[in-house]
Amino acid sequence: MSVGTENAVAIRLEGVHKSFGRLAVLRGIDLDVARHEVICLIGASGSGKSTMLRCINLLERIDAGRIEVDGEEITSEYVNANRVRRHVGIVFQAFNLFPHMTVLRNITLAPREVLGVRREAADAAARQLLERFGLESKETEYPDRLSGGQQQRVAIVRALAMNPDIMLLDEVTSALDPELVAEVLNVIRSLAEAGMTMVIATHEMGFARDIADRVCFLDAGVILEQGPPGAIFTAPQHERTSQFLQRIIEAGRL
Amino acid sequence: MKGEPRGSRMLGRHRGVVLSTASTVVFFGLIVLFVARAPGTPLIRQRFFDWAHLKDAFPSVASGFLLNIRIMFTAEAMILVLALLLAIVRSLPGPVFFPFRLVTIAYVDLFRGIPLILVLFLIGFGVPALSLPGISGYDVVTYGIVSLVLVYSAYVAEVYRAGIDSVHESQTAAARSLGLSRWKALRFVVLPQAIRRVVPPLLNDFIGLQKDTALVSVIGPIEAARQAENYGSQTFNFAGYVVAAFLFVVMTIPLARFVDYLLARGRRRRQAGGVR
Ligand SMILES: Nc1ncnc2c1ncn2[C@@H]1O[C@H](COP(=O)(O)OP(=O)(O)O)[C@@H](O)[C@H]1O
Ligand SMILES: [Mg+2]
Repeated sequence: MSVGTENAVAIRLEGVHKSFGRLAVLRGIDLDVARHEVICLIGASGSGKSTMLRCINLLERIDAGRIEVDGEEITSEYVNANRVRRHVGIVFQAFNLFPHMTVLRNITLAPREVLGVRREAADAAARQLLERFGLESKETEYPDRLSGGQQQRVAIVRALAMNPDIMLLDEVTSALDPELVAEVLNVIRSLAEAGMTMVIATHEMGFARDIADRVCFLDAGVILEQGPPGAIFTAPQHERTSQFLQRIIEAGRL
Repeated sequence: MKGEPRGSRMLGRHRGVVLSTASTVVFFGLIVLFVARAPGTPLIRQRFFDWAHLKDAFPSVASGFLLNIRIMFTAEAMILVLALLLAIVRSLPGPVFFPFRLVTIAYVDLFRGIPLILVLFLIGFGVPALSLPGISGYDVVTYGIVSLVLVYSAYVAEVYRAGIDSVHESQTAAARSLGLSRWKALRFVVLPQAIRRVVPPLLNDFIGLQKDTALVSVIGPIEAARQAENYGSQTFNFAGYVVAAFLFVVMTIPLARFVDYLLARGRRRRQAGGVR
């Protein structure tokens, strides 16, 4: 974010703690994400994957520790969250498209209202993105007229329209019918190939193995184990990791 | 349904029409017969529904009704704005806005609790009596409108608030995650959805307001109900009230049907899985 300095570390989490009431969800998360790196976060449901991503996007306030984006501490009191969020896109499991707006308006809302881009320019940029992801015929549709896969691709395009340096993806295929998963994963794959820095919470282990530079296993509020996918998936070091992977295999997802 | 021959379903539908027509004719026929034979009927007809009196009363009552309409639209426009402001302030999060929230809560509690007629007396008689420069010199119609706005804003603010609360917080999260400020998230994402959802109850309150414009007459304005009263006291006939009642009903029916239509449309949309 600091102009001109290409920081090698895109995101840094140091001792991040987050509780909801008495429930301690994150209990000391340490993680460095390098520029252009793709990290897959795995872990049981309820292990805090979403919470961690929401903390990086400042949708949750952390209780202790610090988070840096491009070398700037974003968790300090004085940081304008809106400015940080322009550089960090997030896509949610439930799409969260704006149901009262057309696809095009969903995408151009933030560029126009936050960045002040003129309407024609914002529309043109949005159309280009829609075309890139095979959605060019959908710009005048409302979200409820699209399939789940199309909605999620629109949600990704909406985040991309802000030209973020970093994308956070929170189980973006979990709400989709199986036959729609591939089209969304292909979009993410193309982002990875284009060098986007990404942190991806996912249950798609095959996909994680394919795409991740590094896999982090979240358990009991900490990153219990991390490493290249080959290592994590074939030779997990921790009992808890192999138990988790075992359950995933039994569920037929690896 | 599928296996049923087409012919019998058509027949079934015709049978429904025939049956409902027959039942309607018999039902209302019996009522008319009963009423016509009732002992008070000629007197009622003469006092309430005498055609000459109805025609005679109509011009003055109708001209009074124009004032009701003016009061209604002026008040409604102000209510929609003031109530929205109240609802927005009440939904502001965080400790800094606590006193503001407190004020709106107190306002709503107060003006929902006081009967409209008391507010009319307090404003319509009380404020002029203060002889304060700037606020005491207005005409009675203005004080009537102010009273309606004060009371109805409290109700309508609650309607708006229910709408705002009904928009899932994930919508705000999505808007904020794109860098929109709290205000812009509210303006572009939350409020449009909230308002769409509360249009039917808002229109219902609008119907209530239409009728309550008649109450304003207690502080002086010569609107339809007061004109009817004048007619009655001059002629000892109630036809003026009937004319006024008729005008109010004619005004509210289109709105009521429109509310029905919106509700039915909302239901269809929800069943179709849409949220728009
Ligand atoms: N806003 C919240 N209020 C209270 N509890 C929450 C909230 N968000 C998440 N939690 C709880 O925190 C835990 C972690 O949730 P989450 O981060 O969604 O896990 P995951 O994404 O790994 O499934 C869960 O037990 C969840 O119920
Ligand atoms: Mg989650």
